[in-house]
Amino acid sequence: MAARRHEPRGFPRQVLDSGQSLLVVFAGVLLIAAVAQTAALGVRDVRAAVAFGGLIAFGELLRLNLPGDREAAPIATAGALAYALLIRVGDDPARHGPEQVISVAAIGMLIGALPHLAVGRPARLSAMAARLVAVACVAAVFRPLVDHSLIGSRWWSELPVMVSLVVLAWLVEAVIAALIRTDLLRGRFGVTLLDEFHVQLPLGAAVGASALLISFAAEVMGLAAVWVFTAPLLVTQVALRRYTGIRATYLQTVRALARVTEIGGYVETGHSARVSRLAVSIGRELGMPEPALLELEYAALMHDIGQLSLREPIPGGATVLVVREEQRRIAEYGAEIIQEARVLDTVADIVRRQSDPCRPAERSEEPPLSSRIIRAANAFDDLVGSSVEPSRAAAAVQRLRLDTASEYDPQVIEALSRLISRRSVLGP
Amino acid sequence: VGKLSRIAWVYIGAVIAAAAVAVARGPFTGVHWTQLVALGLLLAACESTATLLSQRSLAWSPNTIPSLAAVILLGPVGAALVGCFTLLGIRRGPSPAQRLFNTGMFALSAYLAGRAFLLFGGHVGTPTPQSFPGIIAPFAGAVVVHVIINFSLLRGVLFLTREPGSPAGRVGLDFKLLLTDMGYAAFGLLIAALWSVLGPFTPVLVIIPLLVSRWAVTQFAAQQRAYESTVSALCQAVETKDFYTRGHSERVSRGSVMIAREIAMRAERVEAIRYAGMLHDVGKLGVPTSVLQKNGSLTDDEYAAIQLHPMRGLDIVREIGFLDEALAGIMHHHERIDGRGYPMGLAGDEIPEFARVLAVADAFDAMTSNRSYRGARPVPEAVAELRKWAGTQFDPAFVDAFVTAIERDGWKGPEGAPAGADQATAEDAVPADKLSGGLTPADLLPADLLPDEVLSGAVAEPADELDAPTEPFRAIESI
Repeated sequence: MAARRHEPRGFPRQVLDSGQSLLVVFAGVLLIAAVAQTAALGVRDVRAAVAFGGLIAFGELLRLNLPGDREAAPIATAGALAYALLIRVGDDPARHGPEQVISVAAIGMLIGALPHLAVGRPARLSAMAARLVAVACVAAVFRPLVDHSLIGSRWWSELPVMVSLVVLAWLVEAVIAALIRTDLLRGRFGVTLLDEFHVQLPLGAAVGASALLISFAAEVMGLAAVWVFTAPLLVTQVALRRYTGIRATYLQTVRALARVTEIGGYVETGHSARVSRLAVSIGRELGMPEPALLELEYAALMHDIGQLSLREPIPGGATVLVVREEQRRIAEYGAEIIQEARVLDTVADIVRRQSDPCRPAERSEEPPLSSRIIRAANAFDDLVGSSVEPSRAAAAVQRLRLDTASEYDPQVIEALSRLISRRSVLGP
Repeated sequence: VGKLSRIAWVYIGAVIAAAAVAVARGPFTGVHWTQLVALGLLLAACESTATLLSQRSLAWSPNTIPSLAAVILLGPVGAALVGCFTLLGIRRGPSPAQRLFNTGMFALSAYLAGRAFLLFGGHVGTPTPQSFPGIIAPFAGAVVVHVIINFSLLRGVLFLTREPGSPAGRVGLDFKLLLTDMGYAAFGLLIAALWSVLGPFTPVLVIIPLLVSRWAVTQFAAQQRAYESTVSALCQAVETKDFYTRGHSERVSRGSVMIAREIAMRAERVEAIRYAGMLHDVGKLGVPTSVLQKNGSLTDDEYAAIQLHPMRGLDIVREIGFLDEALAGIMHHHERIDGRGYPMGLAGDEIPEFARVLAVADAFDAMTSNRSYRGARPVPEAVAELRKWAGTQFDPAFVDAFVTAIERDGWKGPEGAPAGADQATAEDAVPADKLSGGLTPADLLPADLLPDEVLSGAVAEPADELDAPTEPFRAIESI
């Protein structure tokens, strides 16, 4: 899909840092140990192992991207959890141990990842490792219970245990994902964890319920159940894939149309893109949650769209240089344009308030944080432009800092300053 | 649904009465109350997820799941009682009369499906592993009966409550929906089958993945709507540079979609051409406002700036993950079939299909809208002009398709534009001084840009010749 090329991404995909490497190594060791033990003990109930392994491979093949550059493989996860939670197939009790669950899940995932590899889409090892670890946790708790017949034979005794284990698996995966994200994006753990819950909750509920259904249905219908109950997940996946696609297109379109001001000669080339990148970094530094960051990105991209109402472009497009009244008029006009869209009212409000000073006169309230961020990021970019020279950036921050009393929000400027100094240490 | 006719009331009353009689006759033996309540609540939950269909006030919900599960577990009377829980669905929209009708309809459909299940040899009660595969044939019969009765009753009420004058046949119940319903009904069998191991918890577990899948579908639809309205808002922003083209993008988009549908394009291509139509003029932003709004003839330089706009448009939208066809359409929408268009001077089939479609819709809207130097033309006149230039400027196939679509569905032009031939000719409404200014930038069109004219520098012509029959028609007026 062409749309994926431009997914928002603050980090290169293939670079694994220490935390991720640790996770992948851990999963690898787990896999080797599990396979070795399975080989030593012998595979129990080959038919079920093959059926579930096939389902996991199928699910991995159909893995999908969720908004925010996340990866999920709902059908594979549901299949692996169901195999971990399997009690009976027809009338026969399921006797496979946790090591066999981990082996089947890992091998299924690897087989499913192969076709992706063949067409040049390398697997994201950390996401696969997180899924495997989550399944391993469930298997490690549940298989011994089944083996020692500690689990009852009626649904009201089995179900609470199984539901809590499914929730556990979901939590493990979300926490790992949040840890990785915190590390990569330098966000705050609490905020990223909440973001993760927010994005993963509906899909997680569907995956968990499907896993339970599959393992219970195997008792009544045998192994055919394995495939039957993936149908709703398939529908969900198709819809989510299209949803993610259109979301990406949405962002690309706003980015592209934000550039009309550049092509019209109203602002400097690359201005909107730079301001939006900087604004999102500041927002993340200040601990804004993901939905707010998306709105901030939209608003930052379109912050200058009101300039279209000017008959003649401002020289260089530098709004920091024009008088307050003019700035306000441009902001107001931009907000009107965005409001036309009817679905972006918050974004329109952010754009409208961007020209207000952060310490307003007593008549009005403080502008929203996003507006204050855009105001600072815009001023910074007007001063620095596309230059990557650290001294120039530092000087610009210094100049903005002098104005913090009335014009700019001190905490925003401090966050900007932290970002700049970090960037000059790490290089542009 | 506003006021119902008397016959519609009689119909609704008859459906409800039939359902009530079916339930009242009993027998109630074999109806387990826990199962009844669990399935009833599931039905109410399903009903609450109803999503509106595109046409009229129709909504769809996966109600066949609990209904068919009840057919197996509870028998006809129990299934009809479960159907009554439709009334408890939490929905905005339906009036009390609609709710009552829906309830009666589902109860009656479920009752008859239950009868069919027994007729085909099914046994009421919780199925055991031994019930398979014998249960499948009677269950399939019950599903077919349920879906057919449901659809027939719905068709009846749609027929009786249709707005006067609307065609009776087209009530938006298509075959695909029927199949979807049957697909969901299969989950009814799964609920019944799982009851022996999971008891009343079965509906909860089954409904979660289904609800999430509904949620995902609505998320997608909402995002798509949001996207469309945002694109259209931003296009309007672009149009503010030129007062006379307000709403132009939107209408070109609509016209292109009409053509695309008429020639039976695939759905995703129709989507792509919708966006292409919306964005086809976005490159105008690259043209200085002073040139766009200039009243009077253009210099060669200004002229060249205008001719660049399709390429500028491509520059802007290139980054968007659209179909490549849409990009090609935006770039080439000013090409002409005879090869005298711009920017590349492609001819005939060399011009991408999207571009040929856009060219027709673009020209048509330009003709039927007001311009600074002339008023809008009536639709029939514009159609005649399209026909006249089919083969030289436009692709005749798309002109035909567009004309057919307009004749069937009509055309909604900009506000204030004449709609029919009976209105005064548009030129009359335009002050003479407006007409004397010669060719204005907004009127530049390939037909005026024949090479010799371009070379001659000034393209100004006497106003009265603008619409002279011998003159090539300036169809692609909006730049």
